[in-house]
Amino acid sequence: MQDYSVTHLKQLESEAIYILRETAAQFERPVLLFSGGKDSIVMTHLAMKAFWPAKIPFPLLHVDTGHNFPETIQYRDDLVAKLGANLVVGSVEEAIKDGRVVEEKGPNASRNMLQIQTLLDALEEGQYDAAMGGARRDEEKARAKERFFSHRDEFGQWDPKNQRPELWNIFNGRMAHGEHFRVFPLSNWTEMDVWQYMKAENIELPSLYYSHERDVVIRNGTILAVSEFVQPRDGEKVEKKRIRFRTMGDATITGAVESDADTMDKIIEEVAAARQTERGNRADDKRSESAMEDRKKAGYF
Amino acid sequence: MSTENSSPEKGYLDMDLLRFTTAGSVDDGKSTLIGRLMYDSKAIFEDQLESIENTSKQRGDEHVNLALLTDGLRAEREQGITIDVAYRYFATPRRKFIIADTPGHIQYTRNMVTGASTANLAIILVDARKGVIEQTCRHSFIANLLRIQHVVIAVNKMDLVDWSEETFNKIRSDFQKFASRLDNIVEISFIPISALKGDNVVDKSTNMPWYNGPTLLYHLETLYVGPDANHVDSRLPVQWVIRPHSDQYHDFRGYAGRVAGGVFKPGDDVVVYPSGFEAKVKALHTADGELEEAYSPLSVAMTLDREIDISRGDMIAKPNNPPTVGQDIDAMVCWFSDKPLNPRGKFLIRHCSKEAKALIRDVKYKVDINTLHKIEGDNQFTLNDIGRITIRTASPLCYDSYKRNRVTGSFILVDANTNETVAAGMIR
Ligand SMILES: Nc1nc2c(ncn2[C@@H]2O[C@H](COP(=O)(O)OP(=O)(O)OP(=O)(O)O)[C@@H](O)[C@H]2O)c(=O)[nH]1
Ligand SMILES: [Mg+2]
Repeated sequence: MQDYSVTHLKQLESEAIYILRETAAQFERPVLLFSGGKDSIVMTHLAMKAFWPAKIPFPLLHVDTGHNFPETIQYRDDLVAKLGANLVVGSVEEAIKDGRVVEEKGPNASRNMLQIQTLLDALEEGQYDAAMGGARRDEEKARAKERFFSHRDEFGQWDPKNQRPELWNIFNGRMAHGEHFRVFPLSNWTEMDVWQYMKAENIELPSLYYSHERDVVIRNGTILAVSEFVQPRDGEKVEKKRIRFRTMGDATITGAVESDADTMDKIIEEVAAARQTERGNRADDKRSESAMEDRKKAGYF
Repeated sequence: MSTENSSPEKGYLDMDLLRFTTAGSVDDGKSTLIGRLMYDSKAIFEDQLESIENTSKQRGDEHVNLALLTDGLRAEREQGITIDVAYRYFATPRRKFIIADTPGHIQYTRNMVTGASTANLAIILVDARKGVIEQTCRHSFIANLLRIQHVVIAVNKMDLVDWSEETFNKIRSDFQKFASRLDNIVEISFIPISALKGDNVVDKSTNMPWYNGPTLLYHLETLYVGPDANHVDSRLPVQWVIRPHSDQYHDFRGYAGRVAGGVFKPGDDVVVYPSGFEAKVKALHTADGELEEAYSPLSVAMTLDREIDISRGDMIAKPNNPPTVGQDIDAMVCWFSDKPLNPRGKFLIRHCSKEAKALIRDVKYKVDINTLHKIEGDNQFTLNDIGRITIRTASPLCYDSYKRNRVTGSFILVDANTNETVAAGMIR
């Protein structure tokens, strides 16, 4: 008898493609949230595959905190050009200028919360009714509770205590005017799956993900790269370290890990041996026990 | 009927996957068990452990509360119960697992069904002190209805009954009596455990020398779970039509979807339902090149040798074993809405990629969860009721029985006013 077994990576790929097509079909104006992080890179790659040989039938939306590593922006623009995709940028910087949001003050200020309003504004402005995100359930305990198709009310809020049942692979994306959905095609992927897939698919990543030497400061136990946005404070000393990033986000809060892994294989070895979750290094999650849930309820990615 | 996997050590890329769900009544220890399973198999990260240790300490718990690993919502932590499904992922050298930890409280049955609908195995917990109770029966019945073929009855909290073999045996025979009426379950195993202390979860218990069976993890790692997919009846529900509008692919029309059964090959004769138009498969495209054959659950784009009108909601199949095409559906449903189901009620039905208006024609019976007897003549379904109904759809569906195909045999009902999903249906 023929062997019709399908490896779990292939199953995950096939599931994600199914979700992406379902999103394109069920919504009028879907958009793919592109952060420049590895998960959104994988999601974009899957979107390319889902609609090949046609172009991706929805735009990519980048919510730009203004605190980017230049490598991220370069990578984004190259990718968009290569795919012939449509890029929309929602700028936190501009939201601050327009007075729609107010910059946090104090030593641990971050633009993380400001992203929420900027994102919601960008969704409203573009009249997007579904925003696809690269979030995975294995990342964080509140995300572990998320549906593939996750309903948001007219204020962009998530109601985790009253989610729609989601049965088999039948997705109900119906909603009232002004509401929207967040869709998570990578829900069932783990960090390891993402790395293994990128290796199997030869997906190119921004150089920041590989080990490189950089000036850093250590702040609240987190290694932050010194940049235009992160300057040493009193008492902090700038060191040179070999580091890489496990996740990519706002440069002021995304912590690096010390690492010599300069190839995909070495990174995979490191991921396999890791004793900390990849978000363990993010100052935004460290704020409180339910920091992620609170942000998600308010409309975060 | 459990067979062992011959080669325990596999590479990451060719490991097989087992999806399982927890079930059982509130407080029987489901979340604690999943926490224990992951903790003892070293699948917990240091920062996760630190966080639940801190929370446990703050709350003045005696032990580190491992349920906090899956009870991730604030309300869950405050109330000490699970409200919605948590998905957890872990791998041992033998297998990869996707776990759905579901709530036991009857109010959240729909979330339990959500978690169970994609599982191949259910661990049903029973509190050794309480034995088989209504919620145990309800969840077992739902698992059976969803055709989860493998069930583990984990008799938990054995530490609270002095590790009594007699208690375990009594629960086993009680459950077996009840289960004799659950016709879809292929295999049931019974394991006495203490999720709190770890007995027989990953490590063998020293408190129950009378038990000679496997630990829970060993059972999950080695159980033979046959292929879930149907490789006989070829089905491709069309999700989306790919039209590139480029010079290179000017005439390309790819019917995109995930194969829901059977096998398609280039050159195969196919029929498009419900229209009945015939064609031959020209090619099976993916971005990585053309496939020689496509089967479940692969996502592909099919091109045909002639132009016919095909759109989302259509089903491509083969002429020798077509799906049933019809507007009258006979199905078992689980009702999820606070608003009762009324005969003659109108809904939207979603089946594969198709949506149609639907009318409840008749309630045949409801099921008494404790006795599994049919209740006839009471045709009002309220929250969490399960029973058999008939539906008339405004346009034809192309379906199979749920027994034959989990994808083409399942549907949901949606309330068009509130957009809520109000029922899960399994076609007879
Ligand atoms: N003594 C003892 N207590 C246990 C055991 N397993 C769980 N418990 C306790 O039982 C209580 C309920 O455990 P949970 O894991 O939250 O139960 P659950 O089945 O997930 O509950 P819901 O998800 O709300 O349905 C907690 O206080 C646990 O510490 C056990 O093996 N022995
Ligand atoms: Mg629980």
